[in-house]
Amino acid sequence: MNQIMNHQSPMTSRVTSRRVFLKASAAAGGGLLLNFKLAPLSAAAANTPETAYGAFIRVAPDGIVTIAAKNPEIGQGIKTSLPMIIAEELDVDWKNVRVETASVSEEKFGLQSAGGSTSIPRNWDNMRRVGAAGRQMLVEAAAKTLRVPASELTTASGVVTHAASGRSLTYGEIASKAAVVPVPDLKTVVLKDPKTFKIIGTATKDVDGPAIVTGKPLYGIDVSVPGMLYATYEKSPVFAGTVARANVDEVKAMPGVRHVIVVPGTLAPGATRLNSGLSGGVAIVADSWWQAVTARRKLRIEWNTPASVSQSSEGFAARAAELAKQKPEMSIRRDGDVDAAFKGAAKIVEASYSYPFLAHACMEPQNATAHFKDGKLEIWSPTQNPGAGRGIAAKALGVAEKDITMHMVRAGGGFGRRGANGNEMCAEAAWIAREAGAPVKLVWTREDDIRRDTYRPGGFHNFKAGLDAQGKLIALSDHFVSYGSNGNFANNAAMGGNIFPAEFVPNLDFGASLMPLGTPTGSLRAPGSNALAFVFQSFLDELAHASGRDPLEFHLDLLKERRAKAAGGGDDGRAAFNPERMTGVLKLVAEKAGWGKRTLPANTALGLAYYFSHSGYVAHVAEVMVNGPNPTPRNVKVNKIWVVADVGGHIVNPSGAENQVQGAVLDGIGQIMGQAITIARGATVESNFDAFPLLRINQAPPVEVHFLRTGNNPTGLGEPALPPTLPAIANAIFAVTGKRLRDLPLSKSPGASV
Amino acid sequence: MAYTLNINGVRHTVDVDGETPLLWVLRDTLDLKGAKYGCGGGMCGACTVHINGSPARSCVLPVAGVVTAAITTIEAIGDTPVGKKVQEAWLAVDVAQCGYCQPGQIMAATALLTSKPKPTDAEIEAHMNGNICRCATYNRIRTAIKMAAGEIA
Ligand code: FES
Ligand code: FES
Repeated sequence: MNQIMNHQSPMTSRVTSRRVFLKASAAAGGGLLLNFKLAPLSAAAANTPETAYGAFIRVAPDGIVTIAAKNPEIGQGIKTSLPMIIAEELDVDWKNVRVETASVSEEKFGLQSAGGSTSIPRNWDNMRRVGAAGRQMLVEAAAKTLRVPASELTTASGVVTHAASGRSLTYGEIASKAAVVPVPDLKTVVLKDPKTFKIIGTATKDVDGPAIVTGKPLYGIDVSVPGMLYATYEKSPVFAGTVARANVDEVKAMPGVRHVIVVPGTLAPGATRLNSGLSGGVAIVADSWWQAVTARRKLRIEWNTPASVSQSSEGFAARAAELAKQKPEMSIRRDGDVDAAFKGAAKIVEASYSYPFLAHACMEPQNATAHFKDGKLEIWSPTQNPGAGRGIAAKALGVAEKDITMHMVRAGGGFGRRGANGNEMCAEAAWIAREAGAPVKLVWTREDDIRRDTYRPGGFHNFKAGLDAQGKLIALSDHFVSYGSNGNFANNAAMGGNIFPAEFVPNLDFGASLMPLGTPTGSLRAPGSNALAFVFQSFLDELAHASGRDPLEFHLDLLKERRAKAAGGGDDGRAAFNPERMTGVLKLVAEKAGWGKRTLPANTALGLAYYFSHSGYVAHVAEVMVNGPNPTPRNVKVNKIWVVADVGGHIVNPSGAENQVQGAVLDGIGQIMGQAITIARGATVESNFDAFPLLRINQAPPVEVHFLRTGNNPTGLGEPALPPTLPAIANAIFAVTGKRLRDLPLSKSPGASV
Repeated sequence: MAYTLNINGVRHTVDVDGETPLLWVLRDTLDLKGAKYGCGGGMCGACTVHINGSPARSCVLPVAGVVTAAITTIEAIGDTPVGKKVQEAWLAVDVAQCGYCQPGQIMAATALLTSKPKPTDAEIEAHMNGNICRCATYNRIRTAIKMAAGEIA
C-alpha cells in the first residue's frame, strides 16, 4: 500500500460508515459479557457467523470491568487509550478497569493494526457507542429491578442511582440481569456530553507500566515456548539474492547447533518488496541463541546476486543530478502556466534538496517465534499488523490462513517497520520451525535489523519559484527525482499532488522522474511527510527570506491564498486541508515561543515550520544555537522546541499524547543530525548504532507541547508531530548562520567534514 | 563449563561456554527476561545490569568474568530503596512508550542516584547518555530522575 498516494474518502465518512455489531450474554462466573465486532471496511459483515464475535467487555459481579484491547501495542499507548474511551461511556471508574490483550482476528475485531495514526480516529465513535450501549443495558436492568422508569435513573462510577427514592445498585449487582436486556441500537444510544467526560481527557498511566518497570516478560523477544530452539538467519546482503553454496557441515559441527537449514526463498527474481515472499538464506538453529550466532560467524555463503548489486547511493545521487537537468518523466500536478509566470516574476529562486534512506531501528530487534505442528502454525510476534504476518507466513509455507494462530505480543517500537510492508520474520520463523521440527524463536541481530529493513526511501527535489514585486509566491515547480520503474513509484517513494502549497499558488508544476531500486522501501513514522515536510517547508522559508519578509507573516499570508476548495488536500489525502486550522496552530506556536518578541542569546535563532499529515495540524518553533560558521552535529544545539497540535476536540489521554509528541519531535532531531542509510554494491553499509546513531539524552532538548482544541473528531498523534521538526531546525540554523541545510543529514553536510 | 553466579542474592549454576555474554545467560538460561537485547555491542544500554552496584552492559560481559560478582537485575532492583524510588518515579511520570529500553534506563538511573543522590542536569546527561531510548522519552526520564531524587514532587 502506498500511503501517500492513497487519496480516498475523507476520514470522517470512513469512521462513521463502519458498522458495529454488538451481542450480549451472561459471562462465565456471572455478570455481563458484551461482545462486539466491527464490520470490515470493505465487506458487508452483517451475516458473519456468531463465532466471529470476540469477548470485549465483561462486567463482573464484583464490579470489575475487563476490556480487551484490540489494537497492537507498539508504544503508542493504544492499549490504554481505547479502553479509556469505552470505560468513559460505560461510566465506570478507571481504577476498576482491567485491560487484556485481544487475540488476533480481523473478523472479530475489524482491522487490527497500528499505523497511520489511525487507531483513535477509526475507533473513537465505535468505542463510545459500545460503552454507551453497555451503560444503557445496565440502566434498563436497574429500572426493572427497582421498578422505576429508566429515565429517572442516573449513573456514575459504576453505580445506577434513583435519586427520587434514594436507592442505588452497583453495576456488579445488576450485571447478570443486564445480560438478558435486548441490545440497543448503536446508532441511537445516548452518548455523554463531552463536557462531563471524566476519563477521556484525563492523564492516564500506561496499563503495562508496572510490568515494564519491573522487567516482566512482555515483548515478542521474551516469548518462551516449551521445547523451543533458537535461530539466527543470514540473508543475502543484496535483497533477493539466493544461496549458491554454504559450508553447512562445518557450521553444523559447532557447539549446540542442531540444524543448519538452507532456505531456498520464494521471492520472484527482481522482487523489490519485502513482503512479496520469503528471502533465501541460511538458518542456524541451536540450543541457545548465543550458540546460534556464534556458529554463524563461521558461516561462509556464496550468493547468487541480483542485478541490483550495481546500485549505490553515490550512483543514485549522480543519476538524480543528471535527471534534474531533463524534463520530468511524468507529471504529478499542473496548475496555470508556470513557464509564463516565471518569465513575468520579479524574482526567481532555485534550490535542490535531498534526503537519505532511513532505517526504523526499533529498539526491539525483529523477531518471531513459531511452532508448526500437524499442518497448523502458531506464531508469536511483536507486530503492528498481525494479519499481515499471518498472510506472509501462509503464502511462504502454503498453509491456509485459517490454520495459523497469531499471538499479538507487545512490540518494542514499531515506527512502520512492523506494519503491512514487513512481517517477513513471521514467515522466516515459520519456515525454520517447520524444517527444525520444533518450536523456534528467531531473533534478528541488530545488524540484521538495520541491514534488512524497509527503508524510508531517499529522494531529490529540484525547486524553482517565482515571486512577484510584492514578494508574493506566484509560481512553483518541483522536479522530484525518486525511485521506481515503469512509471510506478517504489513503495512509499511517491509524492501526491496536494502537497502544500499546492492550491495556494496559481501556477504550479510538480513532476517526477524515477530510478530503479532493488532495495525494499516502506513506511516510516509519518510516511511521505517525514521527508516532504523538510523540503517544502525549508524551501518556503527560503522564499520568505528572498521576499524580504518575516517567515511567520509570509506563511500567514500564504495560507490565505487558497485557490479552490478542493476535495482532496493534505499530503496523505486522508482529509481536506483546512488553512484556518493551520493558521490557528501557527499563531499559537509563535505566541508560545515568543516569535519576534524575545531577545535571544548570541548565535541563537528561531526557526518555524508546520505541516499537515495524518489529519493533524502541527506547527513547531525551534530555538537553535550554532557555535561556528559551518553547522555540524557537534556545534548545533537545539535549545528547545515548542509544538502546537490541533488533532481535534479531544485528547483521549493527555499523558500519552504529550509523550508521543515529544518522542516524535526528538525522533526528528535524531534524523536531521546524523541518520542515513547508505547503499553500496546493492547492499546496506550501516549495521549498528555506531553508524546509524539514534538520538541520545544529551541531544534531547525540552519539548513544550500544547494542544489546540477544536471541534473536530480526534485524530492520531504518533506521527504528525514529527514532520515539522526537521525544517524548523534547518530554518533556525539558516537564521543563525545564513547557511541552508539542503542535504540531510547534518553530519554529511560539507560543513561537518571541515 | 559450569559457572556459579550470584544473581539477585541467589546462587545459580549454569553450564555454558565461558564466552557467553551474561545477557544471554540471564535471558535464555535463567529465564530472566528483564535485561533486553538492543545492539549487542555496548552501545545502547538496553541490557544494563549492576555488577557490584555499578552499571554494566551485560551484552559484552563474558559470563566467566562475573563469577565472583554480585549481579543485580531489573527483576530485583526494586528491593533496594533507591531502585524502588526510581521505579515509583518512572510510574508516576508515566515515562514509558514502548518500554523496551526502560529496564536499562531504570538500572542506569538507580546506579546514578545511589552514587549521587542529587545529580545536576549535566551529571544526569553524562550518566544517562549511554542508554538509548528509541521512543525518545528523554524529557520524562529527566523528570523521573529528579522526582526520585526528591527534587520535584
Ligand atoms: S544490548 Fe547491550 S548495550 Fe546494547
Ligand atoms: S520507551 Fe521505547 S525505546 Fe524507550
